[in-house]
Amino acid sequence: MIKKWQLILLGIMVLFILSACSDEDGENAAEGSDGDITLEYWQYAFDSKVNLMNELIKEFEEENPGITIEQTTFPYDQYNEQVAAQVPAGNGPDVINLFYGWVPSYVDSGYLQPLPQDTFSHEEIENEFFPLVEATKLDGEYWTIPTAVRTLALFYNKDLFEEAGLDPNAPPETWDELQDYAVKLTKAEDNGRIEQSGLAWEPSQQGHHWLRDGLTYQAGGKVLGDDRKEVVWGEGSAGLEAFKYWLSFPGELGTSEQGFYTDDVTAFMSEKAAMNIDGSFRIGTLQSDAPDLNYAVAPLPAKDEKSTNASFWTNGITSDVEGEKLEAASKFIKFLTSEGVMEKWLDATGELPAKEAVAMQDKYVNHEIYGPFIESLPFANAHFFIDETKERDIVIDAANKVLLEEADPEEAFNEMVDSTQELYDEYWSDK
Amino acid sequence: MGEGYFPSPFFTIRGYIMEQLKSSQDYDREYDKKKEKVKQKAPFFYKLRKTHKYQKYFFIFISLLLPLIFYLGIRVMPTLFTFNMGFREWNLLATGERPFVGLDNFVALFQDEVFLKSLLNTFIYIVIGVAGQLLFGITVALLLHKINRFKGLFRVIYFIPYVTSIVAISWVFQWLFMGNGFINDVLINIGLPPQPFLGSPDQALYVIAAAMIWQSIGFQMVLFLAGLGNIPQMLYEAADIDGASPWQKFWNVTVPLLNPTIVFSAIIGMITFIQVSFTQVINMSSDGSGGPLDSTISVVVYIYQQAFQQYDMGMASAATVILFLFILGLTIFQMKVLTKKFDY
Repeated sequence: MIKKWQLILLGIMVLFILSACSDEDGENAAEGSDGDITLEYWQYAFDSKVNLMNELIKEFEEENPGITIEQTTFPYDQYNEQVAAQVPAGNGPDVINLFYGWVPSYVDSGYLQPLPQDTFSHEEIENEFFPLVEATKLDGEYWTIPTAVRTLALFYNKDLFEEAGLDPNAPPETWDELQDYAVKLTKAEDNGRIEQSGLAWEPSQQGHHWLRDGLTYQAGGKVLGDDRKEVVWGEGSAGLEAFKYWLSFPGELGTSEQGFYTDDVTAFMSEKAAMNIDGSFRIGTLQSDAPDLNYAVAPLPAKDEKSTNASFWTNGITSDVEGEKLEAASKFIKFLTSEGVMEKWLDATGELPAKEAVAMQDKYVNHEIYGPFIESLPFANAHFFIDETKERDIVIDAANKVLLEEADPEEAFNEMVDSTQELYDEYWSDK
Repeated sequence: MGEGYFPSPFFTIRGYIMEQLKSSQDYDREYDKKKEKVKQKAPFFYKLRKTHKYQKYFFIFISLLLPLIFYLGIRVMPTLFTFNMGFREWNLLATGERPFVGLDNFVALFQDEVFLKSLLNTFIYIVIGVAGQLLFGITVALLLHKINRFKGLFRVIYFIPYVTSIVAISWVFQWLFMGNGFINDVLINIGLPPQPFLGSPDQALYVIAAAMIWQSIGFQMVLFLAGLGNIPQMLYEAADIDGASPWQKFWNVTVPLLNPTIVFSAIIGMITFIQVSFTQVINMSSDGSGGPLDSTISVVVYIYQQAFQQYDMGMASAATVILFLFILGLTIFQMKVLTKKFDY
């Protein structure tokens, strides 16, 4: 009797332990016996992207029998967290879609391998793709390659333009015009409370990108030196000029407010903000969440030079992939960055083709909504991020010091430059 | 782990029983045949087979064993592991070596202004939050204790926030307190200037603490209602006879007898405050990460950022160890200071 008891208990415990450890076994089994290769592909959950990817995977699998792709997605907010949690457990992907700003941390931690040069030669990449893809070129290697890129542009509400007596077909083109328009489009109460904001202004959303890659370059400045080691933001007067201009909207002009109707996108969608600086990726959201919004898009208002921010989600191969699997992974990424896929990608997600020849076709350049974004691509900059979150926080803090604590803009600016430099020093110190 | 790992009383008892058993012919034969290992186990199973009492305890211990293994695996091991990680340079994404760096992480933490700020903020959250929810909880419970009609209805109303999603509540508060929100409308209508609330480094923390207090009133109310129900009515009657005023009855009868509940509430409230100061902060702070100017960041948010945004598990674990000591210290303090013995 007793021995049976013990056996049962022991059995239960063994089962417990086995079930806790058996996750990985299932995955290995998926590789199959007749040379079939299964690739694990991860991206963040964004409906239009996930659906398109399912179609593309089907297409790819038909063209390449013997390779199966499994797509796993995570909500954007948890993406890094999920990747971070799953990878040490050995459940990582083979091909991963990452925000370009995260790539240096991933490379740094040995998580990615460089794209094999026989499939992705540097010459080919540099000839065909927009130069902004160099943001993920590290240690002389391309680690990732994107299907599509996004740029920032000015979204404006045509109805509110008309209401304020402005021509909805003549959006602001210069810095001065933008300020002028923003003032005219702002409605405020006597006590200073803003009822309608001329320009939504949110440093934590696209605001910090606008400052870095838009305004700073427009004023003739630059954030990073060519070696990507030195922060040259503070050299000359352009950086500070851009910073002050950026702060003039919530500052002396009083046209904007942080957290106005919670965030810039909500404010613009609910017609509480007349203009917003946002990315091409917002088009889909506007179509689905605010289908009646009468808006148009224009390239960013410029000063001495034209510039806008570009960013992209990009595909890389994780470091443990080798042999046949690596070949399959390269093939898959090659497929994802082919002309045909890029065109489909634009139609489905609103993200712009990463190859110049595909993007600059007349049908796209002259498109009512995509046109302004594509037009901006040749002069778009993608800041080389070491740590997107931290660099973002540094900019937000600098803005808040001026706006909330009445710090001197120049001091806050210099502090921002110094803190950014510290980040870069720390990053390069062990390279 | 050899023999010596087992506690000695076990040996003594077993030795004694073995002595008894040796006299049995039946056992002797088996004993000679078997090896050393089996020799030791045999009396245990023999006891089990023969004695009902041992069977009972055996069953109880086995039943307790599963939750115990679970508890060890899910709670204790990770906790101990965190201590280990706190002393290493541990990048979450890296697969290579994780070198031991001694106290480096702790030194770096105490040089990080944001971390010190988060410690201070967590302390403020706890002090304001726990005091606030105890005060409101007791008040609501005392009032509800006095009424007889619609008691259930009121209890439900006060308890609903506690079972509502924290994220939903955070967003509603964000809308209420935004520049163009309801609260500012009220302020303007009664002739006061509008306030920045969540947009101000001086006010944001208190708005978030208020949301947390509001949400936990219901839970505290339930605890205190149970506590009040346990106070014998005769004590109040005795106080009445002595001519005590309501205030005197409250301070000299209710509060002392409610003391165990207060201590319990304070500790539970403190622990939940440390835990939930994450969701509210993430959802209510203006930049979604403890702003503006780190004025609302709590230690938990800081840990999260270190671990899952900077991938620095070493720093995150070190901060967790400090948080652990922080909670331990506060709990001991509360037990010592708040727990008093009252005779009645």
